[in-house]
Amino acid sequence: MRLLINKLVLGLSSLAAVIGLVFLGWILITLIIKGSEALSPYIFTHDLINNGIRNLLFGQFVLAGLATIIGIPIGIMAGIYLQEYSNGSKYADFIRDLSDVMMSAPSIVIGTFVYAVVVMPTGHTAGWAGVFALFVMMLPIVVRATDDMLSLVPTELREAGIAIGASKYHVIVNIILRAAKVGIVTGLILAFARVVGETAPLLYTSGSSVYWSTDLSDTFPSITVSIYNLATMPDDKMVQLAWAAALVLTFFVLILNLLGRYIIREKHH
Amino acid sequence: MKDIANIMEIQDFSFTYPKAENPSLKNINLPIKENHITALIGPSGCGKSTLLRAMNRIHDLYPGCHYEGAIKLKNQDGSIGNILDIKKENDFIALRQRVGMIFQKPTPFPMTIYENIAYGLRIAGIKNKNDLEEIIVKSLQDAALWNEVKDRLHQDARGLSGGQQQRLCITRVVALKPDLMLFDEPTSALDPISTLAIEEMILGLKEKYSIAIVTHNMQQASRISDYTAFMYLGDLVEFNDTDVMFTNPKEQQTNNYITGKFG
Amino acid sequence: MEKIFARLSQVSASLVFVVLVSTLVTLYISAKPAIEEFGAKFLIDARWGVDVPIEPPSSDHKPAQQASQSSVSNAHLDNGTNAGDEDDGINVGDDDDGINVGGDGVVSNAPHKEVFGGAVAIVGTVFSTIIALLFAVPLAMGIAIFLSEIAAPAISKPVGIAIELLAAIPSIIYGMWGLFYFGPFIASIFGGHSVSLLVAGLVLGVMVIPFMAALSRDAINTTPDVLKEAAYAVGATKFEVIKDVVFPYAKAGIIGSIIISLGRALGETMAVAFVIGGVFEFAKSVTDPTNSIPVVLANNFSESSGLSLASLFYLSLILFVVSFIVIFTAKHYFLRRGK
Ligand SMILES: Nc1ncnc2c1ncn2[C@@H]1O[C@H](COP(=O)(O)OP(=O)(O)OP(=O)(O)O)[C@@H](O)[C@H]1O
Ligand SMILES: [Mg+2]
Repeated sequence: MRLLINKLVLGLSSLAAVIGLVFLGWILITLIIKGSEALSPYIFTHDLINNGIRNLLFGQFVLAGLATIIGIPIGIMAGIYLQEYSNGSKYADFIRDLSDVMMSAPSIVIGTFVYAVVVMPTGHTAGWAGVFALFVMMLPIVVRATDDMLSLVPTELREAGIAIGASKYHVIVNIILRAAKVGIVTGLILAFARVVGETAPLLYTSGSSVYWSTDLSDTFPSITVSIYNLATMPDDKMVQLAWAAALVLTFFVLILNLLGRYIIREKHH
Repeated sequence: MKDIANIMEIQDFSFTYPKAENPSLKNINLPIKENHITALIGPSGCGKSTLLRAMNRIHDLYPGCHYEGAIKLKNQDGSIGNILDIKKENDFIALRQRVGMIFQKPTPFPMTIYENIAYGLRIAGIKNKNDLEEIIVKSLQDAALWNEVKDRLHQDARGLSGGQQQRLCITRVVALKPDLMLFDEPTSALDPISTLAIEEMILGLKEKYSIAIVTHNMQQASRISDYTAFMYLGDLVEFNDTDVMFTNPKEQQTNNYITGKFG
Repeated sequence: MEKIFARLSQVSASLVFVVLVSTLVTLYISAKPAIEEFGAKFLIDARWGVDVPIEPPSSDHKPAQQASQSSVSNAHLDNGTNAGDEDDGINVGDDDDGINVGGDGVVSNAPHKEVFGGAVAIVGTVFSTIIALLFAVPLAMGIAIFLSEIAAPAISKPVGIAIELLAAIPSIIYGMWGLFYFGPFIASIFGGHSVSLLVAGLVLGVMVIPFMAALSRDAINTTPDVLKEAAYAVGATKFEVIKDVVFPYAKAGIIGSIIISLGRALGETMAVAFVIGGVFEFAKSVTDPTNSIPVVLANNFSESSGLSLASLFYLSLILFVVSFIVIFTAKHYFLRRGK
């Protein structure tokens, strides 16, 4: 009887795993098949106005890239504070909790926040507003990634640095950050991958544009927002393009994730 | 006991950890003799590391520690200062350059072997490339590590074996020419052969340096130390010549401990 | 240098706090007109953008039945429909101080005002999340157990990585798949619409499965091997080991991962926007279209102003506070940091 229950439960959980994987496989296969229909060199060399996705890809990477460039130094500094300067104070724990909350805050809410503080006062959507929204999403991720990675650096290493007369600043910059480098870089890649696929915070902050643009003070192209717009159009050609864009976006996100993993694994060898 | 100058003298010293109710060290009086090796022994938790870590005030990394008494350190010019009076960051740095510390686990910095030694030297103000090179080669040779690492000076120090890493860490401290070196169970994470290599290294160092070492290994204490201090529950029970301590201790408690009756 | 560095790092850390507080404050200020106008009734009022006549300020509190039948002229909202046929207990106009819709003071013929309520979106959010969890929890647990306890490393490793990668796929992809494939598939089985509460819940569920499975697997993997071995050593079956050793040991982590996933589902926009329908109506059956808070926000923001915009901010604030509480609970009670 016990053995029977055992078999049954193990069978059920394997079945659940299979069902779950079937769904996920279904999505991936759909994405690949539908996405490759409209996939061609043409779409990479033309903007949306000419039925391509060049400006969309560029726009998305600019938005996420700038958010990352701004978010990294601030986030890393904050992580350093939590791990190195706070001496485990209540305040540091409080900031950690808040970061966790911010990290899981609905991205649409962040969009509404940025809409209220940037878009409403200026009266129009702008690339910078999108950058700001993505930065707000990014910041807590970088903070916690840095915090976690620094916490893995053994205390002895800090003490050994101090013990040869290095100042705290020296120890942090030259020893601890170096020891945690790989982990932090991985965290940053994953953080970038996370925000680059975001749609909701961009919907009405950076908006969407069918043209090539480098002017962040104006409405800015974004691949995710345009996927949303294209996919709901009654035009089959546009829907096809949306699938192609979705495939390209997913491809980049997955590559970034694999890259992050690879770097971490290299370290352990 | 012969009359030998003290590099450090710990007087009526008590220490309480941040937020702790009771002191972890109570009224310690202990001299550290110049150019000799002093071993600190005692059961786990008796306060050996705590005492050692007070000698370069590394405790102060964590605010809220409470000291009482005095720890007098002889300066190079022969004058004597109480390290518990230190307040300024610069003086802490100077203290730690004079009182080096080696930890239980090897702590190679995440840099090349060469840079590991150069790092402390640069902080100490030696920036000239030739000077650096000279000191680094010399200290590696002194540490008998040169032959093992001369072909990989510019590789990551974390690629060395545990024993080599530990010897590198000692070399790193020696290169700074400290007055006093503190070792906290430097061999407890190592195999017997690496342990022997490190013991030899420490023995060689006492010609030029004064040394305090915490160890759990009675044999090690008797092999390398000139003086031994036995601690128990935050008290210093006995301080004596190592020979005397291991053959004819004054205190019953010491006897019990070294004969393995407890601990 | 030292000091500046330390100071800068402290300022950076405080920025997290500043951002969070300014989000809350901004949302609150922006939502204020709606909060003052509708108060807590907003939570139970199902009407969105419905014009109702303002009652003359006679102070007797009689139920405003007129509100339910008359003048439903919601032309400006594309998919906003009335739901005014229920909830006739709503007493519009008894807080006459905050009303300045339809001209100040001297209003001549039949003054109107628009009423907004979040009930449809709130109920839609709650139910889609519940459906998502009912669907995802068993499957995710199955995957987690399969990966950590059943499959050989040669299988569990690549599958585990695949699961983690799936968790990284942008949610908009799940939404598209739901709209074009999964929705019609569900409709062909259960009948009803191909965009509906059910489809939204299930798509959400599929979306959180990899996330939940990966987190739960990590929690399960923290069980020390010796503990399991000790249980096997007294003759327990694998199921018994999982039930009596692994689950109790990893319980907090597993519950935490479910709650975190719940937080994700609550606030998810893009996976749901495609498939829930976006209509301001309660779903009478699970196969009807309805709305959810994030979707209302996503669809209506750019066309709104005044009271309707304030109402959207009100919804946003509600969503933020709820997810705040959910995440905080999960992190604080179940996913305590080590040390
Ligand atoms: N950070 C701390 N805060 C509070 N109490 C501490 C702290 N570190 C150590 N203690 C306490 O101080 C006492 C002495 O600890 P210490 O580490 O000096 O012992 P030890 O003799 O080095 O032991 P071992 O041989 O195990 O290394 C112990 O009772 C310990 O619990
Ligand atoms: Mg110790």
